[in-house]
Amino acid sequence: MNNVKNQVDRIRQISGVNPYKCMKCGKCSASCPSFNEMDIKPHQFASYIMNGEIEALAASKSLWKCLSCFACLERCPRDVEPAKLIDAARQLVVRQKGQDYLKADEIPALLDPELPQQLLVSAFRRYRR
Amino acid sequence: MKFSYYPGCTLRTKARDLDAYAKASAKALGFTLEEPEDWQCCGGVYPLGTDEIATKLSSVRALCDAKEKGQDLVTLCSACHHVIKRVNHDMKHNADMRQKANAYMQNEEPYAGETEVLHFLEVLKDRVGFDVLKEKVTNPLTGKKIGAYYGCLLLRPGKVLAFDDPENPSIIEDFIRAIGAEPVIYPYRNECCGGYISLKEKEQAKSMCDMVLESAAGFGAEMLITACPLCMYNLNKSGKLPVHYFTELLAEALGVKEEAETL
Repeated sequence: MNNVKNQVDRIRQISGVNPYKCMKCGKCSASCPSFNEMDIKPHQFASYIMNGEIEALAASKSLWKCLSCFACLERCPRDVEPAKLIDAARQLVVRQKGQDYLKADEIPALLDPELPQQLLVSAFRRYRR
Repeated sequence: MKFSYYPGCTLRTKARDLDAYAKASAKALGFTLEEPEDWQCCGGVYPLGTDEIATKLSSVRALCDAKEKGQDLVTLCSACHHVIKRVNHDMKHNADMRQKANAYMQNEEPYAGETEVLHFLEVLKDRVGFDVLKEKVTNPLTGKKIGAYYGCLLLRPGKVLAFDDPENPSIIEDFIRAIGAEPVIYPYRNECCGGYISLKEKEQAKSMCDMVLESAAGFGAEMLITACPLCMYNLNKSGKLPVHYFTELLAEALGVKEEAETL
C-alpha cells in the first residue's frame, strides 16, 4: 500500500465519512452483534483512521466480522457511520490483487443443498474484488 | 392495480415458494406483479463505497424500467429491497452518483430516483390496506402465536429505508393480526441473523440465530415469519423454532396456498 496519508485519504474518499466527527460515545460498539469477535472494536475505527494506523486496521479480523447489519450506523448520534469506515478498509484490502478473503477453491466445501444464491452473491461482493 | 416486480436471484431458485405464495396472494387481493424483462441480480448487499457505480447499475436498470412503465417497483426479498431502495436514494440525492450512473443508460431524460420502491408488505399495508386484507381472509390463522422476524435489511438505515420505526417496528405484527393470528413481540426481532457471515463463520451465525429463536420461544412464539431467504437459511440452521415466509401464511389465510404450490 502507499504512504499513510494516501491511505487515510482513500478511506475517507471511499467511505464518504469524516472520522473527526466521532466523539467516542461507544454506542456503535454497544450495538454491534460482532463486538466479541472483533479485535479492533467499532468505536475504535475512527481513531485508527485519524491516527493513520491503516496497516493495523487492514490486518484486523474485524474486517471479516462486520455483518453489515447497520446497527452502529443507525444508532450513531454523530452520523460517523462505522460500518462505512470498516467497509472502506475492507475495500482497500480486497481491491488489491490476490487479497480476496473468499478464494474460489474453498467455495465447494462451504456449500450445502439449502444454501441460498443470495448468500453467495453477498459474500462475493463483501469478500472479493 | 399493477406493479413492476423485482423477484431477485433467490426467488428464482432456492426461494421459489416465497415468490409463488406472493403471486397467488396478489391475485386473490386483486393486484398484478409484472417482471421487467432481463432484470439482473441486485448483488445481495448494497455496495457501501461512494466510488462503487457499476455494482449499482442492475438496480438502476430495474428502477428505470419501472419509471418508463409509470409503475411503482415492488420487491419481496429483504436484500433486494434494501439494495434497490438505497440505490434509488443515491440516484435521488447524490448528484455525482446520478451523473455517473446515467452515463451508462440510454434514457431520454436522466433517471433521478423518480420510481417509488415498495416492499410487498408496504403494498399490503398502504395500497391494499390491512383492514381490507382482513376482510379478504377466508381462513384466519386463529390462535397461532407468531413472532415477526424483521432482521436488519428492511429496517436500517431507517432514514433511507423509511420502512418502519427501526427500533420498534410494527408492520409485521399488524400483518399477523390481519391474517387472524396473534403476534408475539420479543426483543431480538430486529437483531441480525448473521447475514453473509454464515458462509465462512458458520458457528458465529448459528449462535446469533440461537439467541433470536430462544428469545422468540421464551416469549411464547410457536413460529417465526420472515421475508428474507438468507434469514430463513440461517435461522433454520439453528432449528429451535419453525420459520416460514410471511407469504406462505398470507396464502394460507387467503385460501390460495394449494393453488400457489402448483405455480
